[in-house]
Amino acid sequence: MDAKRGRIGSALLAAGRGLVLSFAAIAGSCTLFVLALVSIVMIPLGIGLVTTPYILQAVRKHANQRRLLAVTWSDVRIPVPYRPLPKDVRSGFTGQVERTTLMLKDPATWRDMRWMVVDMTAGYVVAVLAAALMVYPVEGFVLAAGLWRVFRDDQYWYGFVPVDSQATGLAAAALGAAVFALGVLVSERLLRAHFVLARSVLAPTQEQELALRIDRLTETRHEAVDTAASELRRIERDLHDGAQARLVAMGMNLGTVEALIEKDPAQAKQLLAMARESSAEALTELRDLVRGIHPPVLAERGLGDAVKALALRLPIPCDVDVELTGRADAPVESAAYFAVSEALTNAAKHSGADRIWVDLRHGEGALKVSVTDNGRGGASVGAGSGLSGIERRLGTFDGIMAVSSPAGGPTMVTMEIPCELS
Amino acid sequence: MRVVLAEDLFLLRDGLVRMLEAYDFEIAAAVETGPELTRALAELEPDVAVVDVRLPPSHSDEGLQCALAARRARPGLPVLVLSQHVEQLYARELLADGNGGIGYLLKDRVFDADQFIDAVRRVAAGGTAMDPQVISQLLTRRSQDKPMGGLTPREREVMELMAQGRSNAAIASQMVITERAVAKHTSNIFGKLSLPPSDDDNRRVLAVLAYLDRG
Repeated sequence: MDAKRGRIGSALLAAGRGLVLSFAAIAGSCTLFVLALVSIVMIPLGIGLVTTPYILQAVRKHANQRRLLAVTWSDVRIPVPYRPLPKDVRSGFTGQVERTTLMLKDPATWRDMRWMVVDMTAGYVVAVLAAALMVYPVEGFVLAAGLWRVFRDDQYWYGFVPVDSQATGLAAAALGAAVFALGVLVSERLLRAHFVLARSVLAPTQEQELALRIDRLTETRHEAVDTAASELRRIERDLHDGAQARLVAMGMNLGTVEALIEKDPAQAKQLLAMARESSAEALTELRDLVRGIHPPVLAERGLGDAVKALALRLPIPCDVDVELTGRADAPVESAAYFAVSEALTNAAKHSGADRIWVDLRHGEGALKVSVTDNGRGGASVGAGSGLSGIERRLGTFDGIMAVSSPAGGPTMVTMEIPCELS
Repeated sequence: MRVVLAEDLFLLRDGLVRMLEAYDFEIAAAVETGPELTRALAELEPDVAVVDVRLPPSHSDEGLQCALAARRARPGLPVLVLSQHVEQLYARELLADGNGGIGYLLKDRVFDADQFIDAVRRVAAGGTAMDPQVISQLLTRRSQDKPMGGLTPREREVMELMAQGRSNAAIASQMVITERAVAKHTSNIFGKLSLPPSDDDNRRVLAVLAYLDRG
């Protein structure tokens, strides 16, 4: 009984959603399609150059809204295929022109246009059908309940039933019940069909998907190369100004000691002490440098213990929970380590938190890390912030990062890197 | 006193052998890999082992693991662990059994031969030798949330040296004060941190380390 009620409930829900979709198809797709078409036609007149980017943005928003509904209502995933606009688009009219050209060159724009046409026709029909199958029976029941009296003289067709008496009214109710039963069976499927239809028009073809993938790879490769080069520059500078300089000084001191050892043993001894001090300082600097390149604990123990060791160095109490059954590839471990390190440093420096939690686990083919603090929140992934550095670092491995940091806290940084453990 | 030494870099191993021999230690074995170390510790029964954390063949923390395993087989076996870097994580693992006879020092500490030899002797006698860096890490972490039970700067200094495992006499000579003054400071420290008083030097050190590590 409960199961049956559940089915009817979800069918009614699907009908409601179908109604929403049919409205979105008519009011949204139809309006936006007309606006976009007019705007594009107006491009030769100049006005279109200004309006087109705004309207196409609205179209994308509209399509993305449908993508979101598709995944939340019917678990149909439609990839987002838009090419990212470059960050350095100029402002003003020239910028608008540039944006217009870029957007019109993006095949995804034309797929959006095609989809809107399909959405306001076939998509609309399917959505309306999902709703109608649950609504139409109501009329049949109302006819049976007494509305048939109104049509006593003038026959009324309910479906294929001519209603003019109580008997035909009851027949209408029977037909309504049959339609209702059909609705319970298919309305959810119709809703899904609507989204599948959208997907077939909206989803990029394999070729386009590959093109997008190549764009993404080119971008992350650039970033990886840049990061590696600037890291090497930093290491070179540190060695040059640090350990290398100290060794030079040490060599010099030792040379002087050699000359002085018989003439002035006291000063020679002093210089020797200085040389020893330099060597100790050089060692400290090298140790810090090594920690920045590849932390020794990571090499010795792997990610879990390296993060635990990191937590012990923090000035704030930090709980680390690790559930890893093996070790990831060295580059992935390293990227994850530095990402956690950055997130922890941020939390310790800026959040004002008095406790931090780190959670490390592997599941569904990805390494999942979260860093949570009970601080004041308000962290954002802006340009130049440590968090955007994490995003770049993870990008090379197709890893992703999300930050949730409402004002007043808590802040939670989550990261996922696809990888296998060995 | 018989020493088993494990260090994979020839120059360092050679230097350590020379230094220890110069201070009248007997080198029972100087090995370069983890398995060799395990065998030497089991067969030669040394008075103290000086072990590098990272050893071949795995070049992971093999030295540390061998030392911990040997101490499980022979509780209280004195082990002095040397490393290019110190981690509280490792210090915790070494101190976990509460048996004493543990040293954990940066390799740099061999620059000061007298202090290093003192540390080896202390560990061999069942004492503790913690690297000052471990202690200062523990203290910076501590000072953030609690002002260390209101210790005076002088007491704090004494506590740092005590946590490293120094005896009252050594603390007194380092700080240029009398041993009686040190004894007074230490009893104050124990009072302020409300730690159980203990006559045994090493229990005392472990109690302070445990206190610092808590939190």
